[in-house]
Amino acid sequence: MSTQKWKVTFKVHRQKANNSPNYDEYKLEVDPEEYVLDAVERIWAFHDRSLTFAHACHHSTCGACGMRVNGVEKLTCITFIHEIAKNGSTIKIEPLRNFPVISDLVVDMSTLYSGMEMVGQRPIVPLSEEPAASDIKPVKAKDGDYIRLSDCIECGLCISACPVATTTSGYFGPAILAGARQASINGGAETLKLVDCADGVWRCHSAYECTEVCPSFVEPGKKIMQLRRAVLGSRIKSLFGSRN
Amino acid sequence: MSQPHVIIIGAGFTGVATAHDLALRGLDVTVIERGSMVCGTSGRTHGLLHCGGRYCVKDQESAIECIEENLILRKIVPQVIEPNGGLFVALDEGDIEYSKEWLEGCEACQIPYKQLTHQQVLKLEPYLNPEVKLAYEVPDGTFDPLRLALAFAATAKSNGAKFQLYTDVTELIIDNTGRVTGLKIWDRTKDERRELHADMVVNATGAWAGEIADMAGANVPVRPTPGVMVAYEERFVNRAINRLCKPSDGDIVLPQRRMVVVGTTSFEVEDLDYVPVVDEQVDLMLERGAALIPGIKNAQMRGAYMATRPLIGAGLTGRSVARTFKCFDHKESDDIDGFVTITGGKATTLRQMAEKTSDIVCQKLDVEVECATAETPLLSYRQYYAL
Repeated sequence: MSTQKWKVTFKVHRQKANNSPNYDEYKLEVDPEEYVLDAVERIWAFHDRSLTFAHACHHSTCGACGMRVNGVEKLTCITFIHEIAKNGSTIKIEPLRNFPVISDLVVDMSTLYSGMEMVGQRPIVPLSEEPAASDIKPVKAKDGDYIRLSDCIECGLCISACPVATTTSGYFGPAILAGARQASINGGAETLKLVDCADGVWRCHSAYECTEVCPSFVEPGKKIMQLRRAVLGSRIKSLFGSRN
Repeated sequence: MSQPHVIIIGAGFTGVATAHDLALRGLDVTVIERGSMVCGTSGRTHGLLHCGGRYCVKDQESAIECIEENLILRKIVPQVIEPNGGLFVALDEGDIEYSKEWLEGCEACQIPYKQLTHQQVLKLEPYLNPEVKLAYEVPDGTFDPLRLALAFAATAKSNGAKFQLYTDVTELIIDNTGRVTGLKIWDRTKDERRELHADMVVNATGAWAGEIADMAGANVPVRPTPGVMVAYEERFVNRAINRLCKPSDGDIVLPQRRMVVVGTTSFEVEDLDYVPVVDEQVDLMLERGAALIPGIKNAQMRGAYMATRPLIGAGLTGRSVARTFKCFDHKESDDIDGFVTITGGKATTLRQMAEKTSDIVCQKLDVEVECATAETPLLSYRQYYAL
């Protein structure tokens, strides 16, 4: 934190039930080293109790607080105000795109969660499958691997940022395809079949907006390309299988 | 005949676990939450699945609750747990001195531990401070707070429970016999206000329990006690690392995804709805965390945040207050019927808190069904959204 204080105007997307949306402005004194989520929470606490927004862990492990900040998808709990604004600027806060808006900044991400379930993405994985950055390879005394929570926090930022998801509502979307890649790493023939369709792995236009906004090291763009190779590999395998 | 309707205020850990318990016993349950799932203390918890070692010297009741529930949660909700164990490590003479009491505490609370040699512990956790003097392995774990809550909520939903988020309780409705018969609520997703009838209202609002109880003219001796936590961008360890000392500031470092999280502190506040992160405490976490894992000193900070524990006890402060929980039947304490408060406790003991609360609720409603949550595996947390 710094002792410096900035004056920032928050222009916040508001929408109740099926009413048409509008923007409300809130002028706040902020510390530039505060997180965007802190400011949103203060708007609720001290300015407007009708505001709705989602949040939980405040340190990027839960994925609940994704929003569009000045048009860019951000996990607001780890986005410093000084990263996206200057003293005197206006910060526009909007809900994620490509999901139905429930109210204000809250969206319905049930399609993301059910898609992850459908492709069999595992929320916990052996550490060897998703190695965490460190110089020393961990050794476990007993047999077996360490178990860790998977990188993907299901925040939906990649789906909001994806230009294909905006124009094609049936598209699986980056998180789900990256989840399919994770699920198919050791076999997963069923998963590969599931994503080998027009709205699956072939719909991606390689814009890599997903990788750009991912706050959690998943690199969905790269995973989609790996998934394509795996799908082609399994097609070839099944061709040979039928000949034998 | 329709089942009694129980409204639970608060979708934190106790609220969702109580919803699951009561729904499993066949009751009609509605959860009212003013924010999103676990947006208060629960979502911001450190994420340590306690083995009880942190409390086994001064607060053995909590320690025993922790080890019992640790083993149950590993069975019913493995989908959200990193089950890699934990270490208690001594770094100085004071820690070594404390280890005697600690070992006695572990024995008394039946917490399994295993002493490791200097070489063994550094092989297991190479980033640990090489000055480590003593090390014990214990069955700690870490969990994802939001998904832990969602798994309970998903299973509750599958048994008919309803969750209404972004909805404030504006008033408790009390009839002329002094009984709570429902709530006035404000659904902020639609900006609609209405009334909801209940045969029983459970106040599961944790640190805010005093504020809700006050709406009924009841008193709950809860002492909101925030602490800071700081996450760093490097997974230095795979186990929960506890300093082998009396519970103090920054004595625990946890792995979570690609991070480690250092916590926590303990202080008191007046306004609960927004607790700012204090610079000095963030610096303290860096210093204390780096004492256990020196690499933290050069790691990038990922996020700093606050969570407000609901400690119970009148007249006591901070860490001297027991970490156990308490359920208040306001008929007994304040002569207000139809109203029960559950507060205190810790994330690790959420299921047991829900069991005790549900027992009281069922007894008051003359429902004779036993608790079955210890033997019931939870559904995938993602089912919360599908159901």
